[in-house]
Amino acid sequence: MTQPPLLTVSDLRTYFYTGAGTARAVDGVSFGIASGETLGIVGESGCGKSVTALSILRLIQPPGRIEPGSRILFEGQDLLQLDDAGIRRVRGNRIAMIFQEPMTALNPVFTVGDQIAEVARVHASASRRAAWDRAVEMLTLVGIPAPAERAREYPHQLSGGMRQRVLIAMALVMNPALVIADEPTTALDVTIQAQILELLADLQQRLGTSIAMITHDLGVIAEVASRVVVMYGGEVVEEARVETLFESPHHPYTEGLLHAMPRVGRRQERLAVIPGSVPPPTAWPSGCRFRDRCPYAWERCERDHPPLYQIGAGHTSRCHLAEEPERRANRRDVGFAGGPSEPVGVKGVA
Amino acid sequence: MDANPSRRRRDDDAGLGSSPWREALRTLRHDRTAMAGAIILLLLIVAAVAAPLLTPYHPEKPLDIVALKNLPPSLAHPFGTDQHSRDVWSRMIYGARVTLAVAFLSVLVAVTVGTAYGAIAGYVGGLTDALLMRVVDACLAIPRVLLLIAIATLWQAYSVTGMVLILGLTGWFGVSRLVRTLVVSAREDDFVAAARALGARDSRVLVHHILPRVIGPVLVAATFAVGNVIVVEAGLSYLGMGVKVPAPSWGSVFQEGMGVFTSSIWASSFASAALVVTVLAVNLVADGLRRALNARQLPAR
Repeated sequence: MTQPPLLTVSDLRTYFYTGAGTARAVDGVSFGIASGETLGIVGESGCGKSVTALSILRLIQPPGRIEPGSRILFEGQDLLQLDDAGIRRVRGNRIAMIFQEPMTALNPVFTVGDQIAEVARVHASASRRAAWDRAVEMLTLVGIPAPAERAREYPHQLSGGMRQRVLIAMALVMNPALVIADEPTTALDVTIQAQILELLADLQQRLGTSIAMITHDLGVIAEVASRVVVMYGGEVVEEARVETLFESPHHPYTEGLLHAMPRVGRRQERLAVIPGSVPPPTAWPSGCRFRDRCPYAWERCERDHPPLYQIGAGHTSRCHLAEEPERRANRRDVGFAGGPSEPVGVKGVA
Repeated sequence: MDANPSRRRRDDDAGLGSSPWREALRTLRHDRTAMAGAIILLLLIVAAVAAPLLTPYHPEKPLDIVALKNLPPSLAHPFGTDQHSRDVWSRMIYGARVTLAVAFLSVLVAVTVGTAYGAIAGYVGGLTDALLMRVVDACLAIPRVLLLIAIATLWQAYSVTGMVLILGLTGWFGVSRLVRTLVVSAREDDFVAAARALGARDSRVLVHHILPRVIGPVLVAATFAVGNVIVVEAGLSYLGMGVKVPAPSWGSVFQEGMGVFTSSIWASSFASAALVVTVLAVNLVADGLRRALNARQLPAR
């Protein structure tokens, strides 16, 4: 990361003011993405990944609000300071988003060609003819056979994988500098997942686009990302290069995620689980937000909110173990006795 | 699925004529009851438009007030004559003009106003939404017929335009509520978020992505409303608060016939039969539309 980052998110806070209290869905998140890089953003449901993505494009709807003090620098301007017309010029043009559900992210009453062409018409004020030609060209680029015919079809006439390709085509129409992909493969069959990931990686190589890959699937991260941000409880809890993260994870949450991954060649009777679930964003625990689920937690974790400690070059972790590494020996099984899945903690290699 | 897809795509932008709509149309065409209703309605509309060609007598001028009143149906007067010696057939056909014009146009007014109002409330949301919808709640709390009678008392002589406006402007509250609900739920659709993420402005999102979701249910509601307005208009005419006499509407033909009901049952019988058949036809079409559009709103997910 020698060149200045393309996107710098600093101290992003997105709160939702609901009847049940203030939900601090994203609570002080900072990270950067360099040109041409793929950053993985990983975490389980409810950790703030998607809200972070929507915040970057300012697509947060009331009662949600991006708090003052947050900054999102992109190509030299703060996206949070732009007026409506300004942010519209960024959306779909410089930063595009690929949504999770290819079934519902396309409008059922328009042909896919029309929907891809719409992007060119919105941003490049292209003529109908030119926009349509561009749509067909994009369908070719994302590897859809017989693109000119497919362009005239409606979303329900295409398979899930095809629709996801259409969404990718829509995202790439304007050659954006950054593509945010929010769980782009979650709704797809495994074989199709692999094809889509391959397609994204290939397009990135050819077009030099940066990608923010949001996922809960570390397998996806391993496949495409060069750097990883792990989110938990609305915060970044660990950031590292992908190899570092897989070889020597520091944060207990990352450790848990890695152990919860099924692996070929490892004998396990039961998949390891991280007990419990993410606490509600209206009431994050004091101190460390992971402590209730952490096998190492001690008194300090309840008292002090851990800062991001520097672990190594480009490796940070929000865990007090950075200062008291000897406590890693005091591992205990946490879990809810009598819970639905008998607590196995993290078993490690058999 | 589509034998010749290249045929049409230029006009797809309007949201009409696109595949889910065409499929709904096909379902509708195979729906016998809906088609029966549609044929009846079509015949009525043709009769209303071609009224001068189908009526041998003037609908308002008496023929012979001494010799030709309260006659039973005959070849010369298929529906008989009324107490003012007017040909009931001619009055009925001209009455269809008034009845159908008032019904369709007032629903058009109601749907236009209601859709705009509900769409703004639903899309803007927040305080605006709350205020706009409380106004609608208040208006809905007033019984429509009472409201109409009150207006009728204040505004004595009605023209067709007047009726259209009065029925239209008291008929949009329900539509606005429906549209608002549909817009609020459409706003949550992924493809609406996707359109915004691609940089579409609000007006484009509303017109291109949200309104097409609203059109189907609104069309169904509007068709049912036509049937309802026909009844309301007949009721007002019956009470002497409809289109000003001697201009005929089915309600006033019925009302005039009621005066001589015991001796000459014709006029009111034909008028009420016409009302029943028309409202039934409208409702058959509306039901068919609902079946066709519900089944096709969301293709296989």
